Amino acid sequence: MPLLILSLRNHMSNQKVYWKGLEELHETPDFVQSRDNEFVEPLPMEEFLGKEDLGQTKTGRRDFLKFLGFSVTAAAVAACETPITKALPYVVKPENITPGVPNYYASTFFDDDDFANILVKTREGRPVLIEGANPETKEVRAGISAKVSASVLGLYDNKRLKDALKAGQPVAWTTADKEIGDKLAAIATAGKKTVVLTSTIISPSTKKAIADFQTKFTNVEHITHDVVSYSALPKANAAVFGKAVIPTYRFDKALAIASFGADFLGTWLDHNSYEGQFSVNRNPKKEMSRVFAFEAVMSLTGANADYRSAIKQSQIAHALIALYNKLSGANLAAANTPAEANIAKCAEYLKSKKGSALVVCGLNDVNAQIITAEINKLLGAEGSTIDFSTPLYTKQGDEAKVEQLFKDIASGTVEGLILYNANPVYNHPNAEKIKAAIAKMKLTVSFASCLDETAEVSGYVLPDHHYLESWNDYNPYAGHYAISQPTIHPLFNTRQAQESFLVWAGLGVRSDKNSTVYREYMKQVWNTSLFGKQSKYLTFDDFWNYSVHDGAFTSTSTEAVAAPSTGVATLPNLNDAAAKINATYKAGSGVEVVLYQKLGIGTGNQANNPWLQEFPDPISRVTWDNYVTMSLADMNELGLETIYGQERPANVVKVTVNGKTIELPAVASPGQANGTVGIAIGYGRKFGKGDELVGKNAYPLLTSVEGESRTYAFGASIEKTGEMYAIASTQTSHTMMGRDIVKETSLGQFKTNPLSGNHKHTFHTSITKLKNGKETHGHLSADEADFWKKFDRPNHNWGMSIDLNACTGCGSCVIACHAENNVPVVGKDEIRRVRDMHWLRIDRYYTSDTSNQMIDDAKGLSANLSIYNKAEVPSDNPQVVFQPIMCQHCSQAPCETVCPVLATTHSNEGLNQMTYNRCIGTRYCANNCPYKVRRFNWFKYHDNEKFDFYMNDDLGKMVLNPDVTVRSRGVMEKCSMCVQRIQYGKLEAKKENRRPIDGEIKTACQTACSSNAIIFGDYNDETSLVHSLRGEERSYALLEEVGTEPNVFYHVKVRNVDEAYYHGHEASHAGGEHGDAHGEAGHGDAHGEAKTEGHGAAH
Amino acid sequence: MHGESIYRKPLILGDKTYHQITEDICAPIEGRANKLWYLVFTMAAIAALWGVGCISYLIGNGIGTWGLNRTVNWAWDITNFVWWVGIGHAGTLISAVLLLFRQRWRMAVNRSAEAMTIFAVVCAGLFPLMHMGRIWVGYWTLPLPNQFGSLWVNFNSPLLWDVFAISTYFSVSLGFWYTGLIPDFAMVRDRQSVKWMRNIYKITSFGWSGTAKQWQRFEEVSLVLAGMSTPLVLSVHTIVSFDFATSVIPGWHTTIFPPYFVAGAIFSGFAMVLTLLLVMRKVLKLEDYITIGHVESMNKVIITTGSIVGVAYITELFVAWYSGVMYEQYAFLNRATGPYLWAYWIMMGCNVISPQVFWIKWARTNLIFTFFMSLVINVGMWFERFVIIVTSLHRDYLPSSWTMFYPTWVDVGIFVGTLGIFFTLFLLFSRTFPVIAAAELKSILKISGEGQKREFAAHGGFEHGHGHDDHGHAHHTSEGGHHE
Repeated sequence: MPLLILSLRNHMSNQKVYWKGLEELHETPDFVQSRDNEFVEPLPMEEFLGKEDLGQTKTGRRDFLKFLGFSVTAAAVAACETPITKALPYVVKPENITPGVPNYYASTFFDDDDFANILVKTREGRPVLIEGANPETKEVRAGISAKVSASVLGLYDNKRLKDALKAGQPVAWTTADKEIGDKLAAIATAGKKTVVLTSTIISPSTKKAIADFQTKFTNVEHITHDVVSYSALPKANAAVFGKAVIPTYRFDKALAIASFGADFLGTWLDHNSYEGQFSVNRNPKKEMSRVFAFEAVMSLTGANADYRSAIKQSQIAHALIALYNKLSGANLAAANTPAEANIAKCAEYLKSKKGSALVVCGLNDVNAQIITAEINKLLGAEGSTIDFSTPLYTKQGDEAKVEQLFKDIASGTVEGLILYNANPVYNHPNAEKIKAAIAKMKLTVSFASCLDETAEVSGYVLPDHHYLESWNDYNPYAGHYAISQPTIHPLFNTRQAQESFLVWAGLGVRSDKNSTVYREYMKQVWNTSLFGKQSKYLTFDDFWNYSVHDGAFTSTSTEAVAAPSTGVATLPNLNDAAAKINATYKAGSGVEVVLYQKLGIGTGNQANNPWLQEFPDPISRVTWDNYVTMSLADMNELGLETIYGQERPANVVKVTVNGKTIELPAVASPGQANGTVGIAIGYGRKFGKGDELVGKNAYPLLTSVEGESRTYAFGASIEKTGEMYAIASTQTSHTMMGRDIVKETSLGQFKTNPLSGNHKHTFHTSITKLKNGKETHGHLSADEADFWKKFDRPNHNWGMSIDLNACTGCGSCVIACHAENNVPVVGKDEIRRVRDMHWLRIDRYYTSDTSNQMIDDAKGLSANLSIYNKAEVPSDNPQVVFQPIMCQHCSQAPCETVCPVLATTHSNEGLNQMTYNRCIGTRYCANNCPYKVRRFNWFKYHDNEKFDFYMNDDLGKMVLNPDVTVRSRGVMEKCSMCVQRIQYGKLEAKKENRRPIDGEIKTACQTACSSNAIIFGDYNDETSLVHSLRGEERSYALLEEVGTEPNVFYHVKVRNVDEAYYHGHEASHAGGEHGDAHGEAGHGDAHGEAKTEGHGAAH
Repeated sequence: MHGESIYRKPLILGDKTYHQITEDICAPIEGRANKLWYLVFTMAAIAALWGVGCISYLIGNGIGTWGLNRTVNWAWDITNFVWWVGIGHAGTLISAVLLLFRQRWRMAVNRSAEAMTIFAVVCAGLFPLMHMGRIWVGYWTLPLPNQFGSLWVNFNSPLLWDVFAISTYFSVSLGFWYTGLIPDFAMVRDRQSVKWMRNIYKITSFGWSGTAKQWQRFEEVSLVLAGMSTPLVLSVHTIVSFDFATSVIPGWHTTIFPPYFVAGAIFSGFAMVLTLLLVMRKVLKLEDYITIGHVESMNKVIITTGSIVGVAYITELFVAWYSGVMYEQYAFLNRATGPYLWAYWIMMGCNVISPQVFWIKWARTNLIFTFFMSLVINVGMWFERFVIIVTSLHRDYLPSSWTMFYPTWVDVGIFVGTLGIFFTLFLLFSRTFPVIAAAELKSILKISGEGQKREFAAHGGFEHGHGHDDHGHAHHTSEGGHHE
C-alpha cells in the first residue's frame, strides 16, 4: 500500500507544479538572485577564520565532553565489526533463488574434444560447480573429465573479452555488424569466397544457422578442422563395414580389449563415456575384462592395462598386422616387434572372448584402421562391442578441405574467413603461413572469447558467450540431443556466435548481451525438426521444457545416419594395406616423436585455466609444463639427469624433426619405448596471464601423410642443450619401496581366495584373552591390537570406500574437489617447492624390478642397502597403480592429539574436523599425519599479487563456493569429506523428518568419478553401500598397522593376469600359495614381530 | 673456616684476597671495553638486527618464506629451537645439579653459564613463536579463560607441554640467576662513583645491605630455586623430546628420546659454555678463576654425555633392526645412506667420534683444542636435531609424499640472527654484570684459594685432609659463604 501512495504522489508531482509565491511564478530578478544564491546571507567565513582564539587549544568543558562523547562512540562503532563490503541484499528476491540453497541446471559441455552431459550447480545465480549429469536420467551419459569440471573457472576468466574488437580496439556491435555485412557483400560481389572455419560442430541449430547464413551469402563455405584428427576411422569403416562413420564403442560390453596406441581412458575419442563403460567390467566378482595395451608413451590406458607392451610408435601398425595374422591365420607381411609374446597372448584371449572383444587403434592411418576393423570383424565386434547404429559425430574434421582452404587463401580465392572455435595460427602445423595469409585477407572474424593467436591477427573479434551463458544444442551421437542452457546472464558485452550468423543472415537483431535471438531460433529448430522425433510429449512447450529440464532427449524414431553410408563394404585389399604400412613404418634411423594430449590441458583450449595447469599429469605427476618424455635408457645414453626435484632441474633437450625444432626439458618416463619421445600438445599459448603461459607449442611437429593429420613424426634427432629447466612435480618418488600401500592380487588368486593380496598385519602378543572375551593365539590383527578408547558414533559414522580396481587415475575428482572446496592455486614455483594445496591427490606408483619378496628376503646390512636403492628405480616397463588419497578421517587420528589448541578435533560422526579459526599454524598435525594429506597455507593465497590466479580478482572469486571458507594465511587445511554437503543433506532429510537415504549425500569427488570408484556413506546405516563394501574381502585400511583406524577404506586392486602375485605388485615372483598364506595368522614368528608396529607377517 | 687438602688443586689461582676478587670481577664493569669487544659487539648486533629483519619479513609474508613443504613441515625452526634449548641446559645443570653434587668448581662458571641459559632460552623461545602460522594468536596456547567456555587447550599435545616447560624453565632460571646476582649487584653498586650507574645498580640490587637476615633469606630462596631447577634439567628436554617421541613418524617414535635428549642437551650446553668461557676468561682476564681445571672438568662432562649420546645413536640403529618394523628400518637406513647422509655423518663424526679424544689428558687441558672441539660439538648437535627432524619427515610412510628440504635465505637469516641476539646479549652481560658469582666464590677462597692453600701448608695444615674435609663441609652446602 505505501508503495502505491508513493507512486501516486510521483505521478501527480509530474503533472502539477506548485509555487511558493508570485515571485517564483514570475521569476523576478530578486527571486532568481536569491534562488541561485544558496545562502541568503554570506557565511561568516572570514570572520570565523579571523578569530583570534582559533589558534588556541583551550577547549571548554562542554566542548571537551562533546569531543569525548563523539570519539568514544566513533571508536566503539568502528570497532564493532569489520565493515562488510559488496554484499547486496535482494530488493526483490528472485522466485527460484533462496540464499544458501543451490540450484542445479542440466546442461551440456562440448569443446570439440570432451562431450559431457552435466549438471551445473549455481549459488545465488552464479555457477560454481560442474557435476556429471544425474545418471538416473536415462537420457544422458554420466561422467566428466577434469577439463569439464574445470570449465566453470573459464567463465570467470578476467582475460575474457568484454566487448567486440576491431583491429584490437573496442567497437560497437552494430558498427561491427554493419561493416562485416558490407565486407561480406563486397566479397560476394567480387566473386570471391568466404569460409567459416570451425571445429567440429555437433549442434543442429548452429549448423542450421550457418546454413541460413550460407543462404544469404551463397559464396560462404563451411569447413571443419579437428585439431587432432580421426579422419582415418570413417574411411576404414567405410571400406571394411560399408559405413563411413565413427561408431560407438561399447567398452561396457567388451571383456577382451586391445588398444594399439589408443588412450581410450584418457584422451581418445569419446573418452568421457568410455571410462564409465570400462569400469562396468572391472569388478572381479563378475566377469572381468582383460586389457592389452601396445603403445610408445605411457598413457592412462596403458597404465590401467593388464598387459602392456612398450613398443615404438612405428611398430604399432606392425603389431596390429601380427595380431591379425595370429587371429586369421593369414600371412600379411610385417616387421617383428618386441611385443610378440603379448601379441600371441592377446590373440588367444581375444579369440576366447569372441563376440565381446574389441580392438581399438589410435593411429590416424587408414591402413592401420583397416587392419583394426578387419580384426574387429573377425572377432564379431560389429553389433556387440562396436555399434554402427549410433555413430559418433564429435569428430568431423576434413583435412583435405582445410589444406585446400589454406591454398585458396594464399591464391586469393578466399577473401573472408570467419573462425568459430578455431585457432589455426596456434594449432595448425603451418601456423606461420596461415598467419601471413590471414593478414592479407579482406575480412577476418574470430569468435574467440579470449584473445588467442588467431584472434590477434583477425580484423574483428566478436567474443562468444561462455557456454554457461549460452543456449545451444548438441547431437554427439545419433539419436541423442543435448541442450545447454544459460546458468547466468552474460557477464560481458558478448554475443553468441550463432546469433552473429543469424544477424548477418538478417534473421534477427541483437538487442543487448541478453538478446534471445538464438534461443528463439533454436526453439524453432527443435519444433520443426526434433519435436516429431518423439511421442512422449504432446505439445512442443512440454517437449521443450522437459528437454531443457533433463538436459537432453533421446530420439525414439530411427535416426538417419548423418554421414554417408554405402552399406556395402569395398573389401579392401589387406595385402595392399599391409604393404603401405610396411612402407610407411620402416625401421628408420632417428628418434620417433609422439604427440600426445594431457588429460588436463588436452588440445590447449583451456590452457589459461589455472586449475588445469596445476592439475598433475596422471602419469608423470608434473604440473605447469610440457616436456619430452624419454625412457631411462635413452636418457642415460644422452647423459641426461633422470631424477628431478625441487632443486634438481631437468636437462633441456632439442628435438629436431622434419626441419622443425622444439626445446623442452626431458623427463624420465618409465614405460616409454626406447627410441621414442613423447611431447604433449596444448602448451605454449601466447595469451593469458604471465604465469599461465608455460611450455612450448608442439603443434608445428604434427605431420600430414596422404592427407591424414598424424600425431607422430619419425626420423627426429635429439640433442642435449646446456640448459637446465626447473620442473614442478607433485610426486618425485615413484615406487612403493616394498610397502603394502596399494595392495594387489591377480584375478586367478582372487577367485581361489578372495583375501589374497589383502593380508592383514598381525602383531605378536602375550595377551591370550581380549576384552571382548575373544581368545587369541599370540597374534592380534591390527584392528584388535588397540588400546585406545573407542569414540561413540551414536548417529552417523561417515566413511568412504575407494575401489582401486575401478579407479583409472584420471583425476577428475581432483578438480571437482578444487571447485567444491575453494582449493587455491599456488603456481608453478610453489608446486616445485612441493606446496600443492590439493586436498585430494592421486598417488601414482610404478613397480620396480625389486619385488617385495626380494626386500623381505634381503639379509644383512649391505644387502638391505642395495635392495632399497634398487627399489627406488622403476622398471623399464612398469605396472602402474593409482591411489586417490585424501584425509583418511582416522578414528584414532595422530593429528588430533598433537594440536596444542584443539583446532583439529573428532566429530561424533567419525569426521576429523578442522577449525580454521582456531588454528595457530604449528604444522605439528601435518608432520604427524602418516598419509601426508594436510595442507598448510604458506602464504595468503587470495588477494595476493604473487598468486595472481583467479583468487586475486573479483571476477575469479565468483567461482568460490560460498559454503566453504577461504582459508587465511598460516592455517592448516585438508579434506573435510565435503562436510558442507553432509550438513546440507542432513538438513534436507530433517526437513522431511527422515534419515538421509544412502547415496543421497555425495562428496564432490564422488560426483566427478565416472567409474564409481569413490563411494561415500554412513557405516552406521547397515543398508548402505559403504557398509557392505567395508565388509568385503578386498577392503583394507591404508597403513592399518599404524593404528590410525581410518574411515576411508581401499579395495585391493585385482589385475586380470595369469601370473600370480606375491601379496603385492610383482608379477614375476613367487607363487599363489605364498600370497594366500598371508591371509592367516600364525607364521613368521622368527622375525622379531614382538613390537607393536611389526611389519610382521610379511616375513 | 675450614681448610681443604693441599693435595687438591686450588680452584682460585694466585694470591687472592676478598678485595682482589672484588677488583677482578668488577674490572670489566668499571673499566672501558677494548676495541675487540666493540668489533665483536658490532658484528653480533648487526647479525641480531638482520635476524630481526628476517623475522619481520617472515611474519609479514608467511611461513612460505622458509623452505618448508607439505611433507617437511618443520626443519630449521624446530632444529634451532631444540638446539638452543639444549644449549641452555648446561647453565641449569651447573647451578642446580652440580650444587647437589657439591662440585665447588661450578662457582666460577655458574653465573655466565646461567646467563647463557637465559639467553639461549630467549633464542629458543623465539622459534616456537615464529614458527606458528599465525603468531598473533599464539597466546591461544595458554590455558586462558575465554567466552567459548569449554574451548581450552589440548593437554594431550606435547607442544602444549613445551609451552609450559619452556616458560617454566625460563622463569625459574631467570629467578635463580637474578637471585644470585643481587649481592653481587650490591657489590658493584657500592663501588660505583658514577651517579646514574649507581642508581641503576641500586635498583637492580633491590636495596641489598648485606644484613644477616638478608643473607639468611637469600640462602633460603636460593635453595628453593635450586630445588626447582634440578628437576627442570631433566624435564625440559624430556618434554621437548616428547614432541617427537609421542608421534607416529618413524625415526621420531622412539622411547629412548627423553634420556638421549637430556644427555645431548648437557653435551651441547657444556660445549657452548666452553666456547663462551674460553674467550671470556682471556678477554676479561679471569684466568685465575676459570682455570684449566675447570675446563678439564667440563671436558669430562662432555665425554660422559657425548658417550651417552653415542650409545643412544647406536641403540636407535639396533632397535630399528630388532623391531622388524620396515618403516623404522628404512628410516635409519635412509638417515645413514639416503640423500641426507652427509648430515648424518657430520652428526656422527662431531658427536660420537670427536669427543672421544678427550680421553687424552692433553686434549682435555689444551685450551685451543678444547675451543675447537666445543665448536665441533655445537655443529654436531645442531645436525643431530636436523637429522632427527628432517630426515625422519622427508621420507615417512608413503613414498608418494617424499620430498627434500632446502633452506631459504630466511631460514639461514633467522638462525644467524638468533646467534647475533645471543652474542649481543652475552657481550652486554659480560660488561655490565658481575660475570662470576663473587659472593659465592669468596666463600671458597679460604678453602680453595691457591695462596691460602700455600699459607695453610706452610703452617703445617692437615695432611690427611680428605675425610676431614668432607666431614667439615657437611653443613656448608648452601649457596656459599658471603662474609667479607
